[in-house]
Order: sequence, then structure tokens, then C-alpha cells
Amino acid sequence: MYDVAVIGAGITGACIVRELSKYDLKIIVIEGSYDIANGATKANSGIVHAGYDAKEGTLKAKLNVLGNRMYEDLCRELNVPYKNNGSLVIAFNDEEMKTLELLLNRGLKNGVEGLEIIDKNTLLNLEPNISDRAKGALYAKSAGIVSPYELALSLCESAYLNGAEFIFDAKVTNIIKEKGKFTISTSKGQIISNFVVNAAGVNADEINKMLGGEKFSIIPRRGEYCLLDKSQGNIVNRIIFNTPTEKGKGILVSPTTHGNLLLGPNAHVIEDKLDVSTTGFGLEEVIEGAKKNIKNVNLREIITSFSGVRATPSTGDFIIDVPTRGAVNAAGIESPGLTSAPAIAIMVLELLHKEGLTLNFKSDFKNGRILPKRFIDMNDEEKKAAIEKDKRYGKIICRCEQITEGDIVNAINCPLGAKTVDGVKKRLRAGMGRCQGGFCMPRVVEILSRELKTEPENILKADSGSYILTGKTK
Amino acid sequence: MERDLVIIGGGPAGLAAAIEAKEKGIDDILIIERDKSLGGILNQCIHNGFGLHIFGEQLTGPEYADRFIKKAKDLGIEYYLNTMVLNMTEDKTITVLNENEGLFNIKAKAVICAMGCRERTRGALNIPGTRPSGVFTAGAAQRFVNMEGYNVGKEVVILGSGDIGLIMARRMTLEGAKVKMVLEIMPYSTGLKRNIVQCLDDFDIPLKFNYTVVKIHGRERLEGVTIAKVDENRKPIEQTFEYVKCDTLLLSVGLIPENELSREAGVEIDRVTSGPIVTEAMQTSIDGIFACGNVVHVHDLVDFVTMESRLAGRMAAKYIKGELKKDGDFISTKGIDGIRYVVPHKINPENVEDNVNFFMRVDNVYKNVIIYAEHDGQIIYKAKKPMVSPGEMESIKIKKNVFENIKSGEIKFGLRRA
Repeated sequence: MYDVAVIGAGITGACIVRELSKYDLKIIVIEGSYDIANGATKANSGIVHAGYDAKEGTLKAKLNVLGNRMYEDLCRELNVPYKNNGSLVIAFNDEEMKTLELLLNRGLKNGVEGLEIIDKNTLLNLEPNISDRAKGALYAKSAGIVSPYELALSLCESAYLNGAEFIFDAKVTNIIKEKGKFTISTSKGQIISNFVVNAAGVNADEINKMLGGEKFSIIPRRGEYCLLDKSQGNIVNRIIFNTPTEKGKGILVSPTTHGNLLLGPNAHVIEDKLDVSTTGFGLEEVIEGAKKNIKNVNLREIITSFSGVRATPSTGDFIIDVPTRGAVNAAGIESPGLTSAPAIAIMVLELLHKEGLTLNFKSDFKNGRILPKRFIDMNDEEKKAAIEKDKRYGKIICRCEQITEGDIVNAINCPLGAKTVDGVKKRLRAGMGRCQGGFCMPRVVEILSRELKTEPENILKADSGSYILTGKTK
Repeated sequence: MERDLVIIGGGPAGLAAAIEAKEKGIDDILIIERDKSLGGILNQCIHNGFGLHIFGEQLTGPEYADRFIKKAKDLGIEYYLNTMVLNMTEDKTITVLNENEGLFNIKAKAVICAMGCRERTRGALNIPGTRPSGVFTAGAAQRFVNMEGYNVGKEVVILGSGDIGLIMARRMTLEGAKVKMVLEIMPYSTGLKRNIVQCLDDFDIPLKFNYTVVKIHGRERLEGVTIAKVDENRKPIEQTFEYVKCDTLLLSVGLIPENELSREAGVEIDRVTSGPIVTEAMQTSIDGIFACGNVVHVHDLVDFVTMESRLAGRMAAKYIKGELKKDGDFISTKGIDGIRYVVPHKINPENVEDNVNFFMRVDNVYKNVIIYAEHDGQIIYKAKKPMVSPGEMESIKIKKNVFENIKSGEIKFGLRRA
């Protein structure tokens, strides 16, 4: 019996559960996949938008600007890399320069600070690798970059430290409301809760239907990306956007918080919500789009490509409402969803409170994370101390990202720990470097098998069915 | 800690260099190896075919490695296992990490880089599709099968005809897997002829030239791939798309020298080989930092790695003793007309022993050609070849006196019709 059940452990659910965990409540997070941040949160641009894109008066506009202002403190509290590097919308002709004016005015109305239009010279001084054909740009100083899955992980860890429970691989099949309580049927059994939050990403329309809310649908809109090696991470310092057209926002080029270079996303509506494949056509689109904005990028340094599916709402705006008494939707959270998520959480709590949830501050709320600092992030003294305490910190497993056995063992054994090869990768970046796990994957499988006390054949890459080995050799 | 000679990497290159330096009078040598044993990638190459040039007999990878490991141990060469070099600076200070000594610095008089190479991945090819399990580089699969004792799949497609892929086609067949085909995007193989015969032909595994994988299918585990024929520009031809069911895709699409440490130290890198620019002494652009083996350029045969590394070991010993000439004019080298690269890149005639072995690769398959070397319009070397191929490294030996006569300028290596 829970006070609140949050469906979905993406960035939206993670922000909500962490906010809820500040109060005296019994909370559970129900996640359909094997891990936190397994949907759009693990495959998006990682941009903290300034807030000039969304039309004034929309929830997107309001929550974007509010969320943006919360980011720096939130990431500091949770020790998650965040960089306020600013963004530039590049215009190539007079018509696009006019669009920049529109964006500037919209941004001012939305309450965005630090916006200005700059000329070509100023632009090329800031970013020498911008295409020579650029005419000017809209500079938004408040934009930034974050690692979205690391943020979601740290939020969930913080909630866990403050008593929230998590259940994984639990797909919600039905929700019944009786005598003011919700009975949530999942593939892992029933959960009873007084309040429910729907943060189910691309599946939020189905959960809304189970809750009996007013009908809306989520249109899966896929975006493809290419990630480049760190050798290309300094091509630009800021986030580079195209001027938006009727066709969309175009392809962005941005450094990541880890120093790689990210190109993408395109946008295509797809049939299957779970189809995170890439296409030859799509990747070509991404590369061509990026080349329009920047020069001197070495495309031979692409280390991986991937795609994510946006949960685009049929209504055009975020859907944050009450589908039935005691339940709150946080649905249709597409861009600027990552930026807005901390503000969405505040709004969801206000709605829950209005629905009758009692919110009493915990006196013993604990800040911080579960996952210890990675070896590579330690200073020399911390490194020495770590090795003295646990020799396995002296053994590098992932060469490219310099992740040690000590890091991996901790990431597996801690609460909300990694259960799969991708889980280790998400928590530590082991296998995310230039060799893409070529050297370390067999060793990570070996460590997972040892620590989880199971045969190597049972170790999965990601979700059930993604086995790596097929049995012992002859 | 201070050392005369630090060798980064305990594979065939590092071992041969260490032994040679020791025999040339350098006592204070340390080999740093990141894996749990010496021998490098040879340990997982349990097939035979190693050692024909050096020992005149066929050995397996571990047997070949073992001869050098024994020798190194007999000579009392010191080595650290499970030890990673995190950083190297221009002044030859190396930051090292292991379980027993923790994090520490070594200041070396000379360093030999022998880090080997890594495999190109799916990401580098940017193959579209899903990202399921069951997609391996051939070397990672080889480690699972030969070192850990686990099979990685039952129905296999191999992309790329590199040697490790060919070897794995046979290995997985012997383990009971069905290897359906090997696809090669080029019209020729990048692997050795003998491997094509012994690993594919003998097992009736088809090798399809001008073919590639254009899409990967399967949400959790690989379910199949779409293959396609490519045109002369290596673009897939849509009419030839064909779905092939498989649970495993092995990639054998090239090797990349591992030069992150060299780059950090500021060593100048050749864009074609992705390895350091080296002299006749296998010295890099940084004084006292040498390099040998696959970290310089990818070799087909370990025997040539050994030869090159012995040279690096001898020259590093000379350097430490102050006998290596730094001054004087250098002759530079260059590949033209069908030659993609030439190693070494620079020759100081005063340091040349009896001759210089030039290693090079051609950019296509050519029949009945002459490989020539010219300097200032003069042909200084030529040899007739019935066939050359990018899959087989060419080597040319030029005698010391030739360099003494020309002293400076550029030697161009090229191909022309016989």
C-alpha cells in the first residue's frame, strides 16, 4: 500500500519521484524496462534549452524557462555534470535573420534572460568553425548541456536514499480505481496506491486511457543522432542550432558534457513506439544537416549512432492534468521536456496536493547520490585512498574511458545498481569510448557474472532477450 | 621511479624490443602490460601459421609468444601485468596505475611505444538499424571463444575479410555454428590469401566481394541483417537488398593503431597509417620515444612485427648509450602511384645498419607490376611482382650505401606496369 505510485523512470518520473521523496510519503516507481532512463531519456540531445522556441502562453514555454533556472542548482546538488555553455541559432539569409527577431521577441515574452542577436564577426569570433556562409545568430547565454541519463539516475538514487522504492521490468497492464484507491496490475504483480502519476513517456496515452482520462494520443517521432570521438569535441563550444523552419528545428551540433560531439536529431513520425533503429537515409540527413552549420569536422571520427523516440502529444503542448481524481498526467513530454522536467515535477506535486495528497517535509531529507565518484573523476589523493581501500580501483577495465574494476563492482552492487552491460555503461561510461566495448565488454560480462552470481550466458546487454553468449565451447 | 627504458605493451612488439635492448646492454628495462599475461593478442590466436619467417616453422599464437616470454624471463627483464599507462608526456614521464603499486610516475630515459591496435567498430562504419546484442568485433568474439570458453552465436554473418574475421569463420564453424557468408565491400580481400583458402574455401563458406551490410535487425538479440551489393563508388545498390537471417554479426573491418598515449605526448601521427611518423631507428618525432609493431602500422604477419621491434629495441639501446646520431640530413620517403604509405618516413643515413627495410601497402590489386624507388629522377631500386594486393604488406630492402650516396631529399616509392 503506497501513498504515490509513479509510472515511468525516465527524466520526468525521476524528477517527480525525487521531489516527492522530500516529503513523508511511501512512494513506488514502476518501470517497464530493466533500468532507469531507458527510453527517450537515454537517447536525446541533452540540451537545457533557454526557452525562446515554445509559443508564449504554453506550458512548454512556461516550464522551459522555469526548469532552465533550476538546472544549475539541481545538478550541483546531485553532482551531475552540467555546463552552461550557451546556444547559437545560426541564420544564413535575411529571411532567417527575421526569424531570429521573432525568436528573440518570443524569448523576451517567455522571460528568457541573456538573449541577443549577434553579427557574423561576433559569431565567428565566438565559434570559428561555423560555416562562412552564416550571416548572424541568436545567442542565448542561459542554454546549457547535461547528461540526461546520468541526471535521471542520480535523481532516482537520491529518491531511493530517501525511502522511495523501485520495481523494474514491470509493465503496467491495467489500472482499477476502487474506493479512492488505485490497483495497478503489472507483469510483476499488483500494486495498490492512493495516488498515481503517469510519466510513462511514449506509453503515457495508454496509461491515461487506463486511468479514464480525456483521450489524447502520443505520436512517436523518432530522432537520429551521430556521436563523434572526443577528438572532435572542441569543434564548437556552444550548442549550434539551425534557424527553425516550418519543417522543424533542424540538426543541432553540440559538445556533450563528456567532451564528445553530438550531431542530430532529425524528426520522423514512426509507427512503432519502440522502434529505436536508425536508417541510412536518416543518418545521411543528420550528417548533411550538421555540415550546413559547421566546417572542419572530421566525420571519420563517428563512434556510434543511435535514435530516440519523442513522445509528441496530439495536443501540441505538454499534458499536465488530472485524468481522474487522485491521478496526475505528465504526458507528451517532448522537447523541451528535459529542460522542463524539474519544473514539471513541482507542478505535478501542486496538482497532487490539490487532489488531497498531504505534503509534510521530511526533517531528515538526505542529499547526495548512491553511486560513488568514479576513479577517473577523483583527484590524485582520492585515487590513492580508493586503491588503498579497494585494490580493484587499480585495475582499469575500460581503457578508453579509464573505468576501473572497483568502479564496476560498486555500480553493480549498489542499490539501483547495474544488472546488464548497458547498465554498467550508463552508470560509468565503460564501453562508450572509441573502441565501443571491443576490449572491455568480455571483461564486463565476466565481472557481472561474478558479482550477480550467475552464469555468463545469463548476462544481458539490455532488456530480456538480449543475451550475449550462447553456451560453453566444445 | 626512474628507468632507463620503459616499454609500453607486452605483446610481440614490446617483448621483441625488450629482449633486443637487453641483449644490447640495457639492464634497466620495464615492460608495462595492461592485460593479465604477457603475449598480447597472440594469446587468443590459437590457430597456427605464426613464425615461418623468424623460426622457419609453423607455430600457434601462444607458442610464438611463449618463445619470447621465456626469453624475456630468462634475461631477467622486469614487467608489470594488469598495469595501465594513463598518460605520457613529452619529457617521457609516464603515469601508471595498477593494483599493487597504485598510481605512480615513471621517468624514463627512453620509451618504446608498443601498444598495438584496436578493431574498427560498427559505429565507425555507421551501419544503420537497431542496436541489439549479437554484434561483435571479430577480436572480441575470438576472446570469448578462445580465452573465456563461450560461444557467441549459432548463425553467423561476417562483415569484412580481415584476417581475424576469416580465422573466426573457421573457428565458429568448428564450434558448430553455421557461418553463412563473409561479405567484403571491396572487390578484393584485405586478408591473407592462405586464410581465405584454409578458413573459407575448405569449409565452403562463400566470400561475397562488393557486398556490405546496410541494416541491422532485431530489438534485443540480432535477428538478421540486410545485405547489399555495392557499385563502383561503394554505394549500396537498392535492387540488390536481401534479408539474411542470423543471430550473430562479426565485424572484421580493419584495425586502428592505438595512439592515444602518443598523441597526448605530442608525437606526430601519419594520417594514412594512424601511427607515428618514424625514422630508420623507429624513433618518433619526440626524441627518445620509439615505436614498433601495430602501433606504427598494421602488419599482416607477426614475424615482421618482431623484425621491426628488434630494430626499435637496438636503436633505443643506442639512444640510451648516446650512440644514436641526431644531427645530419634526413631523407624523407613517400608513396606515390598506387603505394598508400611507406614506413619508415625518414632516414638518417648515418644511423642505418646494413640496410633499411621499407614496409608499404598498395591501394588496389595490381598484376604484373614493378615496385620502384626513385630519388631525384633516378631509379634506386626496382622489383617485379606478379601480383600485389592491399591485403599483403610489401617489403623492400635497400642497402646502406645507397643512402650514403644520396644523403638528403625524398625517395618516392611507386608502382608501374611491368
